[in-house]
Amino acid sequence: MTTHPDQYGFYGKFGGAYIPEMLYANVEFLQHHYQQIIDSESFRKEFEYLLKDYAGRETPLYYAARLSEKYGAYIYLKREDLCHTGAHKVNNTIGQILLAARLGKKRIIAETGAGQHGVATATVCALKGLECIVYMGETDMKRQALNVARMEMLGAKVVPATSGSKTLKDATNEAIRDWINHPEDTYYLIGSVVGPHPYPDMVAQFQSVISREIRHQLKEKTGNELPDYVIACVGGGSNAAGAFYHFLEDEDVKLVAVEAAGNGIESGESAATTQLGRIGILHGSKSLVMQTADGQVVEPYSISAGLDYPGIGPLHAHLFDTGRGTFMNATDKEALEAAFELARLEGIIPALESAHAVAALKKIKLKKEDKVVVNLSGRGDKDMATYLKYLPKQNG
Amino acid sequence: MNKIQQLFERKNEKVLSVYFTAGYPQPDDTGRILKALVDNGVDMIEIGMPYSDPVADGPVIEHASAVAIANGMTIKKLFSQLQELKIDCEVPLLLMGYLNPVMQYGFEKFCKDASEAGISGIILPDLPVREFRTDYMDIVKKYALSFVFLITPETSEERIREIDNLSDGFIYAVSSSSITGRSTDQAKKEAYFRRISEMQLKNPVVVGFGVRDKATFDQACRFLNGAISGTAYITQLNEGGKTIEEHTKAFVEMLR
Repeated sequence: MTTHPDQYGFYGKFGGAYIPEMLYANVEFLQHHYQQIIDSESFRKEFEYLLKDYAGRETPLYYAARLSEKYGAYIYLKREDLCHTGAHKVNNTIGQILLAARLGKKRIIAETGAGQHGVATATVCALKGLECIVYMGETDMKRQALNVARMEMLGAKVVPATSGSKTLKDATNEAIRDWINHPEDTYYLIGSVVGPHPYPDMVAQFQSVISREIRHQLKEKTGNELPDYVIACVGGGSNAAGAFYHFLEDEDVKLVAVEAAGNGIESGESAATTQLGRIGILHGSKSLVMQTADGQVVEPYSISAGLDYPGIGPLHAHLFDTGRGTFMNATDKEALEAAFELARLEGIIPALESAHAVAALKKIKLKKEDKVVVNLSGRGDKDMATYLKYLPKQNG
Repeated sequence: MNKIQQLFERKNEKVLSVYFTAGYPQPDDTGRILKALVDNGVDMIEIGMPYSDPVADGPVIEHASAVAIANGMTIKKLFSQLQELKIDCEVPLLLMGYLNPVMQYGFEKFCKDASEAGISGIILPDLPVREFRTDYMDIVKKYALSFVFLITPETSEERIREIDNLSDGFIYAVSSSSITGRSTDQAKKEAYFRRISEMQLKNPVVVGFGVRDKATFDQACRFLNGAISGTAYITQLNEGGKTIEEHTKAFVEMLR
């Protein structure tokens, strides 16, 4: 299993850059320069400095004693929820804003679903004094009013996407259109390991700090840097890509990706792309896509706005295709139960997205000597309105 | 020679091409719109295959696509409509759309069925040039179709020459760096048209995006071989009070 895609951006048969000519010059320039810029000493220095002093890294690898007792294994939580802005998303936005600044771009655009990537983008744009425009589905803007307010307070302009189902997919379409209309001054800051090459690889590299830290933290704690399992939720797949990255070549480490099953795989209301999708093209890359027989992209569903995406990053499609990754899924109900369980057992309220990863603990046959790392990608503050609705049931 | 190549043999200036979205406004309007365009002397016609996520299109064509999909329009249905129409005219017809629906239909089957339905060319803006050369070019040639590539003001001369070498119909010059249906800086646009014209390409060049009236049509034709109008035509069809035939007549007269 290789970490990098080939020169055209393919992980096996997935990836590439399926973009209209209007984006070609920009994307091609990125393809030829991103690695050189990321590898430069000045970039590395500034990136590491900001990850440490601004985002608050490294994040703890926390041994969850009561959760471990309950599931009969050694369970560690990688606390990405403690990052500045409340999720792993900021690792990537710091990386890309430094890249955008080096490319001389003055105007930053982004798409957002739940608003976490939008907030993380607005944050780094404020940090660097760059204009920020965030596209967000009109429906999501209503559901996530608090994050809209955060972005606006940070100085970003939030533009509603009013087509289709008015959610993440439509926000992404609008961001791509904006980029087509402003090729010279604008940088498109994509929030996940999706989009045309080199975005999936670039975002995975920026998020790979997660697994780099896990390795040395686990070594410190246990004497061995390799866990038996790494578990992460997957929508587009950026936190999973970061958590898996430095373990991809260690075949003994089981990589478990947990998709959102919504109301159940067969319910017609789901976002489990590997279970429901076929190979296709969405937002510039070839991957697994939830679509009709005629190739129209369908609307996914999950209680978690961050997992509500009809595609999946090409790296993950490749992990699924080759069997290197184990793909599981959790329903809305299972994720909610896992969130309440984690809150009560460990005093940690996870984001709904991350709760899907926690929910997988119930579904894996763990041995008592197994070391399991669950990537806790974000905190649950943004989801309190949803959790409140289920609170009486849990207390009853 | 296919009909596109024949067209540019007969006529290499002021070529007027019109785009419409199949399945819009009504699912079975394809035949009426085609006939109206041919009757009014349009030189070439692009039939849009609706797609759920048309990122290169503005709100007008996006809306038309969404309505067409809701109307049940599919590639399969479009081919059966075209088969029934038994098109027998010298006006070349092209299919324009996005790669995903074509990939799901099966690329070779798509080319075969398109050719049998009287289609002469294909435009799929998100099919990469490199993959066209390695995986698709032979199939397209086998069915005597012309594959049409887009170029933009950002496309380098080297790449334009590469595209010229791969093309055998015409080159579609996007008038500005933009999605369909937007206006742009005139002087910049003319400088770009002039630059393309001075490159002396082997293939004719037809301008698309932002061609909405006589002025923008004439501007394109002063430098290049013709122009394509889509958003403006669909907007005209949306205006009430007239039939498709009346709208089409008025639209073509306005451009000419």
